[in-house]
Amino acid sequence: MKWLAVAVLPITLILGAVGARADLTIEITQGVDNPTSIAVVPFAWQGPGPVPEDVAFVVDGDLARSGQFAPVGRADMLGMPSNEKEVFYRDWRAIGAEYLLIGRISASGQELRVDYELFDVLRQTRVHTGVETGPVSEARMHGHRVADAVYEKLTGIPGAFATRLLYVSVTRVPGGKDYYRLTLADSDGARPIVLLESREPVLAPAWSPDGKEIAYVSFETDRPAIYRQHLATGQREQLTNFPGLNGSPAWSPDGNSMAMVLSKDGSPDIYLMNLATKNLTRVTRHYAIDTEPTWMPDGNSLMFTSDRGGRPQIYRYDLKTGATERVTFEGAYNARARIAQDGRNVVMVHRQSSDFHIAILDLVTNRLHVLTSTQLDESPSIAPNGSMVLYATKSGDRGILAAVSVDGGVKFRLPSREGDVREPAWSPYMNR
Amino acid sequence: MKNLPVAGKALTLLFMAAFLVACSGSDTKDEEAAAAAAAQAAAAAKEQAAAEAAAQQRRLEEAAAAYGNIFYFDFDQYDLRPAAIEALDAHIALLQTDERTVRLEGHTDERGTREYNMALGERRANAVRDYMVANGIASYRIETVSYGEERPVSYGSGESNWSQNRRVELK
Repeated sequence: MKWLAVAVLPITLILGAVGARADLTIEITQGVDNPTSIAVVPFAWQGPGPVPEDVAFVVDGDLARSGQFAPVGRADMLGMPSNEKEVFYRDWRAIGAEYLLIGRISASGQELRVDYELFDVLRQTRVHTGVETGPVSEARMHGHRVADAVYEKLTGIPGAFATRLLYVSVTRVPGGKDYYRLTLADSDGARPIVLLESREPVLAPAWSPDGKEIAYVSFETDRPAIYRQHLATGQREQLTNFPGLNGSPAWSPDGNSMAMVLSKDGSPDIYLMNLATKNLTRVTRHYAIDTEPTWMPDGNSLMFTSDRGGRPQIYRYDLKTGATERVTFEGAYNARARIAQDGRNVVMVHRQSSDFHIAILDLVTNRLHVLTSTQLDESPSIAPNGSMVLYATKSGDRGILAAVSVDGGVKFRLPSREGDVREPAWSPYMNR
Repeated sequence: MKNLPVAGKALTLLFMAAFLVACSGSDTKDEEAAAAAAAQAAAAAKEQAAAEAAAQQRRLEEAAAAYGNIFYFDFDQYDLRPAAIEALDAHIALLQTDERTVRLEGHTDERGTREYNMALGERRANAVRDYMVANGIASYRIETVSYGEERPVSYGSGESNWSQNRRVELK
């Protein structure tokens, strides 16, 4: 039996957000059959004044959102230990917790330190200890890193909670021009920061492989143009200004070039821009629509959408040999591929009868598996650990973000309090 | 006239002069009148031509306005519907009377991926541009831009909304 709508975690911490907000909330709609029960005890604050961040709450939310864990409610806890000698295993067995996470938070100046310990309740043993340090302002990130460590210890897969999301939110202005906002947030939608606000469309946000820069398309000059922006400095550069389409920026895995779509030579084709010299190399040359390039993790080939066969399908272009092969054959509409870091799973928009779903294709078995059941699903983005797919869908006539695990077993939604939210882009792992 | 007395000579001269003056006087008046009439006629003709041209221009403008400046398309298609061609012909007739530049904005409905729709919107704008160029409007007067599905006029889902959004707007 699936557990449904167990947790609704409102996340409304706004730091540095401007204008109308598109805060996201999390609604977990489906988890795994027998999620692991874990008690995340509030971490003890060892500094003066109020604790700067409820770090355990962040960890709790991350683990719950994975769908693989069922955190124990704080009200059910029979004690609040913060070090090993305060741990009484029978208290945790009594409430059915399989694992127990405790911790301590301390600060020196603007530096925050989080010490944490993970226990296996059934085996009555400590299985992991760790320390996270960093600026107080990044306290939530400490929580995400603790969650990453716990997730990896218990599932064998690295966590992807200490990552960020980019998305576009739109506030409708009836009879006028809408507001478009490019927003950066934690992987749980918290701490949204508006990076760009415009009355003209903003779309196609993409990450640099080191997670330090982003690229996007903005119509702020009344025409589409590709921009690149450094997150820490805010420094921005307009990369293209060609007649026709300027779209789909996709950073190469080595960070040196960017794939993009231009129609300056007649029809939409894929080009590579050398980011140092700004020189362009034409990749495809076809009168059909070629668009939505995405890189294989090894950087040796690109996948893209083309209607050269009459309907949109995914193709793969080998940069070494110049050979093009068709990748998708099932269904009359497959578009906008994104490839997992393992180079094996490809997520895409797949049309079934008249509905658009997110599907995953295993390149080894060639099996296509439809992951979603809503009607207008698009813009899939895969977590850097390959576990979850974030995508845009509609709820009523509102655009919202939703996520599904790559096996289809876990689902959650991130509805916005206002406006339409779309085009999520999950960051790569962030190097500190 | 050799034998005429001086007085007679003078009289004759006087008479002739008077005659000449009289003649030349009535000549100037007639010419002025004729010229004025001609000018009036020309002005009237010109006015009439201008009025006709203005009326014709107005007719063309009204015809184009009656068709509206939005041309609709079928799902995932970019060929012009007969109704769009009729409307475009009205706009082309009007554009042939001036040197105005126009902007064609291509749009799609929300179905399908955003970047593919960006390409589809461009094909729609290009289809309108190509038809205008084929019918005598210089290509340098036409700018095209695709907004894909980013700028719907009707926000809801379902064909009644989607059909409003699959369009090219002439601006």
